[in-house]
Parts: sequence; structure tokens; C-alpha cells
Amino acid sequence: MAKVEAKRTLSEERLREFLREMLLIRRFEEKVEERFRAGDLPGFLHVAIGQEAVAVGVCQAMDDGDVFASTHRAHGHTLARGTHPNAVMAELYGKLEGCSHGYGGSMHLYDIERGNLGANAVVGGGLPAIAGAALAFKLRGEPRVAIAFFGDGATNIGTFHEALNLAQLWRVPAVFVCENNHWAESTPASQQLPIDDLSKRAAAFGMHTITVDGQDVEAVHKAATRALKHAREGKGPVFLLANTFRLVGHYVGDPQVYRDKEELRETRETQDPIEKLREKLGVPEGEFEELDREAHELVEASVEFAKNGTDPKPEDALKNVYA
Amino acid sequence: MPELSYREAVRDALSQAMRRDEDVFIMGEDIAEMGGSMGVTAGMLDEFGPDRVRNTPISEMAIVGAGIGAAMQGMRPVVEVMYEDFTTLAMEQIVNQAAKHRFMSGGQVKVPLTVRTQGGAGWSPGAQHAQQVEAWFVHVPGLKVVFASTPTDVRGLLWSAIYDDNPVMFFEHRTLYGIKEDVPDELEPIPIGQGRVHREGDDVTVVATGRLVHEALTAAEEAEQDGVSVEVFDPRTLQPLDEEGLIASVKKTNRCVVAHEAVARMGFGAEIAAVVQEKAFDWLDAPVERVGAKFAPLPFAPVMEEYVVPHSGDVLDAIRRTVARNG
Repeated sequence: MAKVEAKRTLSEERLREFLREMLLIRRFEEKVEERFRAGDLPGFLHVAIGQEAVAVGVCQAMDDGDVFASTHRAHGHTLARGTHPNAVMAELYGKLEGCSHGYGGSMHLYDIERGNLGANAVVGGGLPAIAGAALAFKLRGEPRVAIAFFGDGATNIGTFHEALNLAQLWRVPAVFVCENNHWAESTPASQQLPIDDLSKRAAAFGMHTITVDGQDVEAVHKAATRALKHAREGKGPVFLLANTFRLVGHYVGDPQVYRDKEELRETRETQDPIEKLREKLGVPEGEFEELDREAHELVEASVEFAKNGTDPKPEDALKNVYA
Repeated sequence: MPELSYREAVRDALSQAMRRDEDVFIMGEDIAEMGGSMGVTAGMLDEFGPDRVRNTPISEMAIVGAGIGAAMQGMRPVVEVMYEDFTTLAMEQIVNQAAKHRFMSGGQVKVPLTVRTQGGAGWSPGAQHAQQVEAWFVHVPGLKVVFASTPTDVRGLLWSAIYDDNPVMFFEHRTLYGIKEDVPDELEPIPIGQGRVHREGDDVTVVATGRLVHEALTAAEEAEQDGVSVEVFDPRTLQPLDEEGLIASVKKTNRCVVAHEAVARMGFGAEIAAVVQEKAFDWLDAPVERVGAKFAPLPFAPVMEEYVVPHSGDVLDAIRRTVARNG
């Protein structure tokens, strides 16, 4: 068995597409930080700089018809699933053209057409509904999978344990993607997690687990493809643990007083998933700059689109309370 | 006209919906073989099988949350939370998730979920098995809240709740499960948002919910002997509220008593009183009287429990207080 090599399963073209996606997310989120600091954007914003490979690797492994629930750190998942940056940026500007029509904001990005069942601002809040969506697929005999994104901090909350228990008990087609960035807001793993290996928590329910380097988009994609296949084939849910790094603060503007500056600097230098893929692919400088320019252009255009978007009328607030 | 108990009426609505529609299924703790802690779903496992009559772990967050997820995929799940007291465990899912998905998405998604639950004092379970908590949910935009008091109403309203495209909190009262009534042969859906005048009267309107509807009807009979004509109005759905029916009744009688088993302070009656004074102040001949539980958790000892929760005598006293006021 040892002769099995770590063979490349994806074409170089596909990986370049991932690079393009990750760059778009990175530049989008940098722009979000910039516009927030400039006072353009209302609300409470959380970027996932450093975690792009998880978003892209998992979302690129999904099929049409699959659904997912995201977290307060949702821009990456939403963009990676194909929601246009214009619609995401317009949402952050509170415009009717936004992907939640101005009702949600950064922490509540939805795109039902693309299976985005909503970014959830309550840690762990979206997990039970993913078990339920997967139950619906199972009851209807549909070959679809429901995916939940959440962080390591969420593995401490009751919904995580109840949802995983239920999902495994009923063997529903769900994949629980833990983006383990080692921080729950400002609280390090050492102060919130009594164990190192979070997959043990899922294993305790008898759930199939996969652990992957969340900074390696190809590895994430491969792991997610396996996880989704397992779930889709009716073999039960999967816990996909992606070890990753949040290279920025908890929220935009977080001074990160709780974080060792030297360690953070080193992590930034060694754990940037975009740099890793660029190196792996050996993308020449000029070509990278071209990809980067495209990403910048899309992002700039999204800001223009958002700024020129339509403000909701104040009384629109009373719509959509009931169906 | 078949005679059905309130319990059978709930079961009948669930069963008819499940026969008609594959998207309707039920889940909750002990609802399958045991038929639910109140026996409501007895026999349904045999008819519909374990996929559609799902026993769950004791996990209120996950049960309600799974209902939300299935509902967002277009199914019409009916989740049973064994006691109202246990809705506290699912509060986050009900309040932050079920109630808000449609709104937060800007209208992209519906959550046609029904959460059935029950409570009610009178059997001394103590403080954690008999509370009436319906008012909490009326405070949450995005939820509908139903509280039925008769077999006919519970059957017709549950049907409407199941087929409503919004999350509905559906309250049943424990002490009403055994009451029987002739119900229409065919299930007649009762619109959510439509109250019911149980008894017409001229001198005072008693707005009552759940068990207190029956207590109010008893009190009304007694008041009749004093020459006081009492109208009993059951809003049946607390959100949306049939303001038109309520105000029409109060404008006719010029007096209003509100009565529910839940704690009076900040109870649903407070909202009724507020609506009545906003919309019918000039018609009122006396302040709105409130009847509700005293401000204590439910005690265990039967004498204390009896003291805390309201009965027909409390409603009668309130009727007498309001008619004693000169207009």
C-alpha cells in the first residue's frame, strides 16, 4: 500500500481557478476592512483572512443542490459558492441589491438559490438546521448533502453536540466542517478546549472524521470531496476538521492585544494559503500579478456597484417578517 | 358529527395532514411507541412508520433546529416539545433561527415549522412541568402563536398551523386533553388570526385563553344569576391577534376582563389591556381587569398550587369588580 503516492488529483487549471477564488476572497476582505475603517460600512464585520483555502476547497467540492450554513465569518464561503461579489458587497452596504436585500448584513449573508441557508451570528446556531436539511434530503431520497461551517469555539456549545448526535443517530447526509483557527474570539484554544484533537468530539458520536491541513486548498478539496461522497452515498455524516489560521483579528478593528505579535508575524509568513498554492503551482510573478489585478478589479467594481445600489425605504423594515 | 377529545382532535389533524401530504412528519421525545407523554400521538407510529413518526433524543435544540432545517427545504415538520417548560432549551433556535430566517434573508426562504407543546397546572408537578409561557413567544416578530381551547378549535387550528408558511408555536393545555366535543365530520381549517365568541353577552367581555376559557364560561353562568350578561371571547391565536373581534366585543359591552393561567404580570392579558385602551378607550366604563397566576413559580403542595393559579372564582370576582364600577 505504501506505493500510493500523494498524486495530484486536480488539474493545474482547476488549481489556478482555486487560486483565483482565494485571491478574490482575500482582496474582497481587505477591501471590506478598508471601507469599514473609512467609515463606509455599518455594522459588525469579521473577515476570514488566512482561512480562504477551507472556504474554496469545501465549496468547490459541493454539487448543485447541496446546501450550507455559514458563520459570522461568512464572506469567503458565500463568494466561494458563487454569489457575485457585487451582491455580497451591496449587502455590506445595506442595499436592496445585496444578497440578503439589506436585511441581513455581513453576519447574515444568504443566497438560497446557491444553497446558502444563511450565515449565522449565533455560534453553533446553524448546526441543528443542517441536520434537519439533511434529514429532509434523506426522507425524500434526494442525493443532496447539507454542510455546516463553524469554528473550534462552536464545538463547546450545546447545539454542536445535539446536532452531531442527531445527525449520526439518523445517518443523515451532512458534513460538519470545523474551521479550527485556534481562537474563539480572543480566547485561545488553551483556555477553551481541554483536548487538542477536536475530531475526538465527533468520534465520540461514532461519526466518521477526516482531518486536513486547512491551509492546503488541494488537500481540503480532496478531503471535502471524500466527505461529501461518504454522506451522499448514505454512509452517514462526516466531521471534517480543517486546521487553519486566522491571520487577522476576531473583528475588523480588533487590536488583538491578546495575541503574541511575533508569533502572529511568523504565522502570517508561513501559513498563508494563497502563498502556499502559488508556490505549489510555481505561478510566475507576472501571471500572479495578472490574477491579482483581476481580483482587484472585481472588488473595485463591487464597491462601485454597492455604492450605487438602492437604499431600502425605512418602512421596508416591516416587510418579510412573515411569509 | 363524531365526538372527539381534545387529544384525539390533535391526533386527527396530524394524521389527516400526514395522509394527505408526504412533506408532513412529526418528531419529538417519546412520541413513537409511547405515543407522547400525553398520549397525543398514540397509534401514529403504526400508521405512518418510524421515518415520519420520529422518536428523538432529549435534545430540544436539535429537535427544533432539525425542524427548522427540514422546513427550510420545503417540508412541513411538526415538532413536539414535551412540556412548555422545555421550550426554554430550544429558545435560541425558536427565537433567533426559526423566527428570523425569512427576515434576515430578505424574504428568500420560508420556515413552515409547527412546534407543538403543552402545559398547565392542576396536577402538582411543581415548578418545571406546568408553566404557561405563551406570552414569551408573542414578543417575537416572525412567530405565530396559537392557543386552542376546544377539540374543534385545536383540530382546525393545528391544520392551519401545519399549512402556514411561518413558524407557529402551538400551545395545548394539559387539563383539556380529555374534554370531548362533537366536531364536524370534515376537518374544517380555522384561520389563524380569528377569535371566537363562545358566549354572547352585553355587560362585560371576558377575554380568555386555554383552560381559562372554560373557567370563564363557568364564571359567566354564575354571573348570569346575578343578572350580569357576560360575553366570552377566545382570541385562539395570540399572534396575529384578532383585534377586530376583540374591539367589537369590548365596544359592545364596555367592560373587559382578561384571563389566562400564565402569570398575570407581563402576561398576554397585559397586551390585551393595552390594545383595548388604545382602540376602545372611549367605550370603556371601567379599567380592564386582569386574571392570571400570582407572581410565584408553580409550587408543589396542592394547596399552594391551587392558590397560585386562577380559577372560575377569580374570573367571577374580576367580573364583579368591573361591573361594580360606575361608568
